[in-house]
Amino acid sequence: MSDIKSQVRTYIVDNFIMGSTGSQFKDGDSFMEKHIIDSTGFLELVTYLEETYNFVVADEEMVPENLDSLNAIDAYVSRKKAA
Amino acid sequence: MGAALSSETLRIDCAAEVERITRWMVDAVAQQLHKRGVIIALSGGVDSSVCGALAAKAFGPKKVFGLLLPEHDSSAASEDLGGQVARQLGIEHTTERIGATLQAIGCYRWRDDAIRVLFPEYNDLWKSKIAISGGAQGGLNFFKLVVQSPEGQISEKRLPIREYLQIVSATSFKQRIRKTVEYFHADRLNYAVIGTPNRLEYDQGFFVKNGDGAADIKPIAHLYKTQVYALARHLELPEAVCNAMPTTDTYSMAQGQDEFYFALPYHQMDVALWAHNHQVPVADLAAALGIGEDQARFIYSDIESKRRATHYLHARPVLVEPVFEVGA
Repeated sequence: MSDIKSQVRTYIVDNFIMGSTGSQFKDGDSFMEKHIIDSTGFLELVTYLEETYNFVVADEEMVPENLDSLNAIDAYVSRKKAA
Repeated sequence: MGAALSSETLRIDCAAEVERITRWMVDAVAQQLHKRGVIIALSGGVDSSVCGALAAKAFGPKKVFGLLLPEHDSSAASEDLGGQVARQLGIEHTTERIGATLQAIGCYRWRDDAIRVLFPEYNDLWKSKIAISGGAQGGLNFFKLVVQSPEGQISEKRLPIREYLQIVSATSFKQRIRKTVEYFHADRLNYAVIGTPNRLEYDQGFFVKNGDGAADIKPIAHLYKTQVYALARHLELPEAVCNAMPTTDTYSMAQGQDEFYFALPYHQMDVALWAHNHQVPVADLAAALGIGEDQARFIYSDIESKRRATHYLHARPVLVEPVFEVGA
């Protein structure tokens, strides 16, 4: 697993799932469809990514294609870090 | 197969609906709640005005007590209109100015501290509001802080989560203090409190938990906003009420509800919500609203997203196990 996926998974498990039962998720699972992250949660996730990886998420980048699964976040953050 | 959309979709028989609601109100208050009358807070908007008129019709004006609850950021026009409605209905009413209470509890200070994180020059001479973005375009919903300097210059920035939550929770003091005052008068008079959400607000979670969301009866929560306007005209409320655009009347800059929370103006949002509730295909909604199919799809998705995000606002406190003896 990439460092990004591992770090973000830990963040989500610690802050959104908090040890509750029945909320396991795979790297490709949609956070919205699995009801793991709601709209306020995505705002928290964006702040976490900005502070952890030191970049700014542009308004037009706040889309499910960039943020709605671990795979999507991994690809998005990798692109931003390379830019 | 979904239902068909037409100009008749949201039409109601106003006289029959008024009769149905007023009968229900009397039964609910007398038989279920065992109260002697009702409290209605009048904002000057169409929802509270219609609820007040329904209450006056249901119980007679002597069993309805009206409250005007202005604060520093609410408009003087709203207060005037609320008073006009109360006088027209012939109900006893009083004005309780809650600005000093909000000041003392820190509402404005907490809000302004968060605003100054983004705009350090912000002070009492500036105005502000929050605007929603993203969801209607297929993105994730986020919020922008819009400020206006004393010279009239407008600036905006996306709100980070901490500042967004602090501003919203600080301004929610307004709805919660209002409700505290409403329940004081309700307890004093042994009355029930009317909640005034329309169906859009109720369904999409556009209310503050233990604020405007708290009430004993909600007589128009099943009615689309378009239908509430129809009732306002039927009940012969003042023209200014029947023609008023929905605002939050919560932030110091003028702010429509669609700008703050909903994806579309209310008359389109009504159609979209009805269409979603009746499984109308995306293509039909797009044609009815004159928008693209992609945007119609985003609006359906946004309706579902807001329902999920605000589900807890409707929820009763969660218990480890039911306490059947009290029906909970």
